[in-house]
Amino acid sequence: MKLDTSGLESVAPFLGVSSELVGGLSGAPYFELPNTANFDRFQKDAIQMVKPAKGTTTLAFIFKEGVMVAADSRASMGGYISSQSVKKIIEINPYMLGTMAGGAADCQFWHRNLGIKCRLHELANKRRISVTGASKLLANILYSYRGMGLSVGTMIAGWDETGPGLYYVDSEGGRLKGNRFSVGSGSPYAYGVLDSGYHYDMSVEEAAELARRAIYHATFRDGASGGVASVYHVGSEGWKKLSGDDVGELYYMYNPITPSTVEQEMTDVAGP
Amino acid sequence: MTKQRANWSPYDNNGGSCVAIAGADYCVIAADTRMSTGYNILSREYSKITKLADKCLMASSGFQADVKALQKHLAARHLIYQHQHNKQMSCPAMGQLLSNTLYYKRFFPYYSFNVLGGLDSEGKGCVYTYDAVGSYERVGYSSQGSGSTLIMPFLDNQLKSPSPLLLPAQDAVTPLSETEAVDLVKTVFASATERDIYTGDKLEIVVVNAEGIRREYMDLRKD
Repeated sequence: MKLDTSGLESVAPFLGVSSELVGGLSGAPYFELPNTANFDRFQKDAIQMVKPAKGTTTLAFIFKEGVMVAADSRASMGGYISSQSVKKIIEINPYMLGTMAGGAADCQFWHRNLGIKCRLHELANKRRISVTGASKLLANILYSYRGMGLSVGTMIAGWDETGPGLYYVDSEGGRLKGNRFSVGSGSPYAYGVLDSGYHYDMSVEEAAELARRAIYHATFRDGASGGVASVYHVGSEGWKKLSGDDVGELYYMYNPITPSTVEQEMTDVAGP
Repeated sequence: MTKQRANWSPYDNNGGSCVAIAGADYCVIAADTRMSTGYNILSREYSKITKLADKCLMASSGFQADVKALQKHLAARHLIYQHQHNKQMSCPAMGQLLSNTLYYKRFFPYYSFNVLGGLDSEGKGCVYTYDAVGSYERVGYSSQGSGSTLIMPFLDNQLKSPSPLLLPAQDAVTPLSETEAVDLVKTVFASATERDIYTGDKLEIVVVNAEGIRREYMDLRKD
């Protein structure tokens, strides 16, 4: 579709311009328009296609003492906060955790389904399933639904015979093994804090504080993250919930209010 | 080649609001009784609350045809459960069943926004809140439907209870008494009726406690 913009022209086109512009038609410059039904919306739709829409912050990392998993608890539907107390760390079984990002129903349902499959594996093979195996089960299921609109961005964290294990699995069919992941709209902020403070030889308390801070900072800057920052640790004995702190209260813990001198002067003056 | 678009939609929104509040030994479930389509009112006396089990009720707003189909499906599954287990389904069990039922239609959802209310196996009030495709969580109170954005902030203000995710854990159940909770529900719906065109006519309140189930009605503005 070509608009005739000859009315806008004030100068003759340059001689050096490519021949397909000058030759052919009268030489009036034109610009390509998208061949869509709804011209005003196509750009927004195009952005929506590539935009990662998972409004949340979750993270997990492996360190000397096992795996640390943390998440916020906000669920948003567009601009409305539908819940501030969503459980985003799902207990698949006593030694494996899954995190939730993306569609809440999709994550809840498929994690529960994964827990069932892991239990069936135990019964059939008389031994626990590995983290590698569990993440592969989930990834294969999600791959078979690829393109149908599921939205799942999850991390499977656990402790098996080979030690601590961490995998990232998503609804596009991706599955990655790694030491450090953060998923969701708040993940850039969480990565900043997490990457700068990470050491392999941290103690459990240090790692928990790092994870908590990373979630807190993400909730501070990302509107789609908030609520309660939950921190779990997965060790050789299984997972244990270490803390659940309201991020509003964490703010005052990290930024305590000290009365300023001006306020003190005013109370002196206000005396009888 | 522009994408083909259907010239009709299988869904409609019949409006309305639902609320449920869990107490220490009771549960209040309430919904208005207006059923509308677009700017028309189809009925002023349509109940959105249904009893799924002895101590478990569901209030649903959204597309009432899907709600009706969902209610029938759950009632049938409950009957089978009773035949197989010789007992009524508990509220948490019904909660999981509802979630799975909704998710099985993940790619052609029930357009139904549900709140489940009742007593758990210990006799404490329990409320489960759902989205249209089955994600659910147990909460102390919830509202769904066209008036939920008006009702929820008010309930947060009056009832805001500590999150169940906090550690050390704090109980999520409301400290209100049964009469206070019912009064709160009446206040909340009166306010929602003022500002939501799809909410009004009459309010149906159902209270579940150890004695059984009690039903109450209150008139709302009919305009």
